[in-house]
Amino acid sequence: MKSNFNNSKPAIRSLADLLPGETGRVAKMPADNSVGRRLMDLGLLPDTPIRALRRSPLGDPSVYELRGYRLCLRRADAATIQITLDKLSP
Amino acid sequence: MTQLAAARDLSPLRLGLIGSPNSGKTTLFNALTGLRAKVGNYPGVTVERREGSLNLAGRQAVVIDLPGTYSLDPISPDEAVVTQVLAGEIEDVAPPEALIVVADACSLERSLLLITQVLAKEKPTCLVLTMMDELAARGGSLDTQRLEAALGIPVVPVVGHRGQGIRTLRERLTDPEAWSQPQILPPGDRAALSGWVDSVMTACSAQRPAAHALTERIDRVVVHPVLGSLLFLAVMLTFFQLIFAWATPAMDGINEAMGWASEAVRNAVPPGLLADFLADGLIAGVGSVIVFLPQIVLLFALLYLLEDVGYMARAAFVVDRAMARIGLEGRAFVALLSSFACAVPGIMATRTVPSPRDRLVTILVAPLMTCSARLPVYALLIAAFVPAENVIGPIGLQGLVLFGLYFVAPLAAMTVAAVLRRSLLPGEGMPFTLELPSYRMPSLRLWLSQVGGSAWAFVRRAGTIILVASVVLWMLLTFPRTPAPPDLEPEAAAAYALEHSAAGRIGKAIEPAIAPLGFDWKIGVGLLASLAAREVFVSTLAQVYATEDPDASLREAIRADIDPTTGRKIFTPPTVAALLTFFVFALQCTSTIATMARETNSWRWPAFAFGYMLALAYGFAFLARTVTAALI
Ligand SMILES: Nc1nc2c(ncn2[C@@H]2O[C@H](COP(=O)(O)OP(=O)(O)O)[C@@H](O)[C@H]2O)c(=O)[nH]1
Repeated sequence: MKSNFNNSKPAIRSLADLLPGETGRVAKMPADNSVGRRLMDLGLLPDTPIRALRRSPLGDPSVYELRGYRLCLRRADAATIQITLDKLSP
Repeated sequence: MTQLAAARDLSPLRLGLIGSPNSGKTTLFNALTGLRAKVGNYPGVTVERREGSLNLAGRQAVVIDLPGTYSLDPISPDEAVVTQVLAGEIEDVAPPEALIVVADACSLERSLLLITQVLAKEKPTCLVLTMMDELAARGGSLDTQRLEAALGIPVVPVVGHRGQGIRTLRERLTDPEAWSQPQILPPGDRAALSGWVDSVMTACSAQRPAAHALTERIDRVVVHPVLGSLLFLAVMLTFFQLIFAWATPAMDGINEAMGWASEAVRNAVPPGLLADFLADGLIAGVGSVIVFLPQIVLLFALLYLLEDVGYMARAAFVVDRAMARIGLEGRAFVALLSSFACAVPGIMATRTVPSPRDRLVTILVAPLMTCSARLPVYALLIAAFVPAENVIGPIGLQGLVLFGLYFVAPLAAMTVAAVLRRSLLPGEGMPFTLELPSYRMPSLRLWLSQVGGSAWAFVRRAGTIILVASVVLWMLLTFPRTPAPPDLEPEAAAAYALEHSAAGRIGKAIEPAIAPLGFDWKIGVGLLASLAAREVFVSTLAQVYATEDPDASLREAIRADIDPTTGRKIFTPPTVAALLTFFVFALQCTSTIATMARETNSWRWPAFAFGYMLALAYGFAFLARTVTAALI
């Protein structure tokens, strides 16, 4: 994490760290490789709202809701996606 | 009719059907073409090729059902098929002149990404929005006319399984030349797409649907950490039990009917070669194809039911982590489980695995699972040679041996899968992605067509190879015909004929090769014959040993058999251990080989599987023999 971390800006995390029930927005996708392109074609474009729904009983993969559907991703793939965490509603 | 229209009629209009999995594409294909699909393979890949014809107000058209895909940017050769068909790069497959994109109206937002890639192909394109009923039920809406304007292409809303909107669609399809085409193409750069998608969604005043409430409620149980795991185990156990238990009576019935048919032929045709061929070669061969149908029909009936309801994706989600350990993924689980009943339907079930390499690895290890055809062989050898004594309490030695044979198979399959993953077939840089569709009431029509289609595909594609292989094996076991000395009993004469047949000679020829395992030529003949189906080993041994009853008297006969040169027993404990181990590993099944060849669309992979399994079988059989010999 960068040292000039600023509390007023939304925190950047990886999608893998999004806990069930939390929502965020895709900030940055992995480099232009086949995995990144495929994930983008599945709707994970920068700025896409995404919500973690639940984890598989064995802990991995997790299922996310985005663009009107539910997509399961393994932790390893989700970790390549950076998101900004939405502020928790009061 | 105008001259122009008459001229157009000569060559059918080719329409390509593109859509992501679960978009309702198959339902739409069936609604448009009825059940007259032609099924085949694209050259060199494992992708199924499906085309159906339809008559559009006097104009003939062909619908090419392209494999379900989220993207036209292929990662694997299998996925590349869609782009190659569109570009007309596949020999003998004329490219479609117009394209139909099928999209679920509830997740239009995501489907717009696929639509941009289709529009970039600059062919006449029309968008069909399915699940309009579900969109309304979930409180969503969109204005299809404005969507037409925003995209610049025709948009037709349908409710596929009820046939609503299909007539309008057919009318639109008659004249793709007249379809509007977009004035400006959407941005080709993925980074700019998010804004474009938002603008389209706003332009068609889309109200996003609420979450599917029923699905939320069901998923709370179905993927619950404890309940979900229990449900998974319960469903898989039931699944396995049904395939195993329900198919058995039907298979017994088929075997009986075949026996009856052979009998009838023998009564009608004078004794001789023709009667033998019809009764033992042809009818038995046909029987060996049909006998798989109960399992295949049951497997696909259950599989497609669970799939259409929406459970299969959840099952894959629950078990994925365990499968990831051996380098596979959740969707491969069912195929491996089914292979415990029989590898033939198991290999066919790998069609649900989207990654071609995962699918290939699953196909290659599926025959290691303990299929039901191994049981008669295990039963004969265990009953004959393993003492029926209790080891600990009520647990008997015979049961323990059987359990061990069962248990070692999945271990071997997992190990081989992990090894293949690390060596020959590493992953292809494809992320694991799995959509959890909404739970739906399955449609009877769709389900029947899926199950019927799979059964027919098996009969037509693998069945012919299986039939030929059984007839060839029958010929090996029958020719050349050497007249037996006249004073022999019928059983002894049959044994004499077998010994002098091609199979008998092959058995003798390979004896030096199998001697290190303790096998003699008679076992060699049995192994050769068991290529037709493993359980044939038992009936062939019965013939070799000239016994009528394959149970009690065969047990006696093999126990008593003495090697004429050494004067020692042939079936010693080390030899039996080697034989059992051999059957655990060897790919003694032409039906599996044929199915593998069909599903991988090549003979290379079945040859590879046969080779590695033979090597494992030989190696471990030798080991088992040596260890057993050292222990006693
Ligand atoms: N409610 C609703 N369900 C549909 C519609 N079209 C298809 N289905 C169902 O959606 C599921 C998936 O359909 P299918 O045609 O197999 O999708 P494919 O994976 O794209 O081939 C099946 O259970 C269908 O019965 C529709 O327009 N409305």
